[in-house]
Amino acid sequence: MPGFDFSNHNRNAALHAQGVPLPKATSTGTTIVGCLYDGGVVIAADTRATSGPIVADKNCEKLHYISPQIWCAGAGTAADTEFTTALISSNLELHALSTGRTPRVVTCMTLLKQHLFRYQGHIGAYLVVAGVDPTGAHLFTVHAHGSTDKLPYVTMGSGSLAAMSVFETQWKRSLSRDDAVKLCADAIQAGIFNDLGSGSNVDVAVITAEKTTLMRNYITPNVREKKQRNYRFERGTTAVLAEKVIKREEISKYVTVHELSDESVAGAAEKMDVDL
Amino acid sequence: MAAIFTGAPPNSGPGYSFTQTPAPTSASEPRQHAFYPYTDNGGSTLGISSSNFTILAGDTRSTSGYNINTRYAPKLFHIDSADPSSRLVLSVVGFAADGEALAERLDTVVKMYRYQHGKTISVGAAAQRLSHVLYGKRFFPYYVHAILGGLDEEGKGALYSYDPVGSYEREQCRAAGAAASLIMPFLDNQVNYKNQYVAGSGVGHELQQRDPRPLERKEVEELVRDAFTSAVERHIEVGDGLQMMVITKEGVEEVYRELKKD
Amino acid sequence: MNHLPQAWGRPRDDIYGAYNHSHLAPGQPTTHTKSPIVTGTSVIALKFRDGVVIAADNLASYGSLARFTDVKRLRKFNDKAVLGFGGDVSDMQYLDRHLNALAVRENYSSGSGAGEKASSTSAEASEEERAESLDNEGAGTGMAANNLHKYLQKLLYRRRSDFNPLWNHILIAGLSTPDPKVPDATPQPFLKSVDLLGTAFGAPSLATGFGAHLAQPILRRVVPDEEAVKKIDEKTAVEAVRECMKVLWYRDARSLDRYSLAIVTGEGVRLSEDERVEGQSWEFAEGIRGYGTQVV
Repeated sequence: MPGFDFSNHNRNAALHAQGVPLPKATSTGTTIVGCLYDGGVVIAADTRATSGPIVADKNCEKLHYISPQIWCAGAGTAADTEFTTALISSNLELHALSTGRTPRVVTCMTLLKQHLFRYQGHIGAYLVVAGVDPTGAHLFTVHAHGSTDKLPYVTMGSGSLAAMSVFETQWKRSLSRDDAVKLCADAIQAGIFNDLGSGSNVDVAVITAEKTTLMRNYITPNVREKKQRNYRFERGTTAVLAEKVIKREEISKYVTVHELSDESVAGAAEKMDVDL
Repeated sequence: MAAIFTGAPPNSGPGYSFTQTPAPTSASEPRQHAFYPYTDNGGSTLGISSSNFTILAGDTRSTSGYNINTRYAPKLFHIDSADPSSRLVLSVVGFAADGEALAERLDTVVKMYRYQHGKTISVGAAAQRLSHVLYGKRFFPYYVHAILGGLDEEGKGALYSYDPVGSYEREQCRAAGAAASLIMPFLDNQVNYKNQYVAGSGVGHELQQRDPRPLERKEVEELVRDAFTSAVERHIEVGDGLQMMVITKEGVEEVYRELKKD
Repeated sequence: MNHLPQAWGRPRDDIYGAYNHSHLAPGQPTTHTKSPIVTGTSVIALKFRDGVVIAADNLASYGSLARFTDVKRLRKFNDKAVLGFGGDVSDMQYLDRHLNALAVRENYSSGSGAGEKASSTSAEASEEERAESLDNEGAGTGMAANNLHKYLQKLLYRRRSDFNPLWNHILIAGLSTPDPKVPDATPQPFLKSVDLLGTAFGAPSLATGFGAHLAQPILRRVVPDEEAVKKIDEKTAVEAVRECMKVLWYRDARSLDRYSLAIVTGEGVRLSEDERVEGQSWEFAEGIRGYGTQVV
């Protein structure tokens, strides 16, 4: 069968029994939520990724694209949520092209649960699936073992109980768009401030029949304060034991070199924090 | 139907600051569900000493797994604060109940010394007594990393750091606890100027190391603040508040400032 | 009487038969609580301007079985302190006995409170009045909530150090002794916890067990810090606690919709042991069909 190779499983189990620790995956020890409202569905996530007790990424994206009107929030092993949503996104696109119809949320949910069930929980993806299709707005959760739930409000991840406490006290039927966004953002913030696995900012996506609005860093309640001191080192502070200069002409024999101006770089990625 | 909260990590959460978690029993033995008398309450502490003062600092978050117990649980203890000439501060991080018990033991020891000898204990003597208190529980240790700060007989800042069973050393600076591995390299570089050379002082191995100098109080307070705000960014168990104690010949001054709460 | 002192005070063999020593065999291990058996779930508490409110449901579970549905897990110690027990129920009952003995000792030894009251009225105190003052479990003892907390922390830490833990997580709510360094200081609201390892901490709001995950986020929104405690009145605090008990009933599978609630203020303790979760909403369930593809 194509797919994963489990031939090292016994070797790894034997190594582990001898005290060799298993490799640690980056997990999005996370708070993710979703909520249906009159006219659409909202999903939201925090932006902290952890590796054990260390924050691996302070502003990662946990809202994944499936199709223009279907989005997915992922908790669990970061790689599994990313690859699983990417795979199902591709399959759903092919399905849409072959049928000539817009993809349905149930189809996405079914593809996800069948894929995850086949791997018996070894793919650690815990997902909140939300979207709008011709049959209406839908909201599901999918667990790593392949079970699903259909509810008007859902939470997942290590901050799920903190987030659920907000829904269980404040949710009501027939929410407006703004109320649903506020409720989801409050639920995520409950996770951010009460669960150590969650932190940093709130990402929100609102899906309606017309369009999807992704509000990246909708709330930023954890901006770092200015550093007290300046940590710029005088040139020459670091010891140089050997020096070798490779000129552009030389290296372009092996790789293609593109000329970039400073402005074009800044727009491409998040800027690094530099002491000036 | 699906269990709703299985997305959460195991209840025990991260127990990473100590590596000596109970060893897993192999599958063949009968499973013993014994009582484990320790836990890790997270957090970090640090101390820096200079020519005429010592600063100890610690965050005030207490954790259990992925939960915050409280946002204000002090890790710094002013020892024998009833004595106006006391200049001893103990910081403890690790298992909080042991930390508190240790602080109370040292407090008693220092008080008894004062009652019996009619004078305040020197920081060197207190440091050695603390080492003995820790080693006294060699086979059921206090699960803490302690740092003791004070002023020595010459009025210079004194700082002693300990392992859980009483090995100790006088140092210029030390970070302990969950984020020790994040803070200590920063302190090495910024307090002892490790890996810093005097620009233009030579080529290759001729290059001169930058000499450490006693730091000013303001500089140290800024370094402590930056060390903790950085640790808060990258370690999930550090945050909420920063408690700082500045020990000078005038006395022990306590400063509290907020840290991020996520 | 038998002339052997060893036999004094023992049941006579010729009447009751020989004592069976087999279950005192020295070869057997000592019996300790190594895991809890009958357990109570969350205890939640919240400080407000002039006191503390604390609540715990009336269920004692046996594993996943809801075994005893009328167990009181809040205990009044005196007019200044109430305890809330989570964890093993037999250890709770042991502590209850222990604290009863403590309260009696305190009543006899302390010069203030009950003693004072009794002595001031001793001349014409009726038999009933005196009985009442003793009945009122350590009513005027010198021990305030902070003293009781310190006592329990030492007790539980000692027991864990002996590898014989009391398997409880306890909240101590009440009023503290006034700060001796501040002139004219008044008793302040006091709330701290202690667990089976002797770990102790205080906060404006506390919750044990499942409540630490589900109730604490709600309570922290009401009182994020000590500053906020001063602005919150009793009504707001009680409402917040009742709301938490409802959420716990919705989501904690080891919880019950009947609970005890106590309010400690300068006026004393108001303890009610037959509260009910009210105003439930199951609105969300309307319109749910299946868990996936089902529509009818």
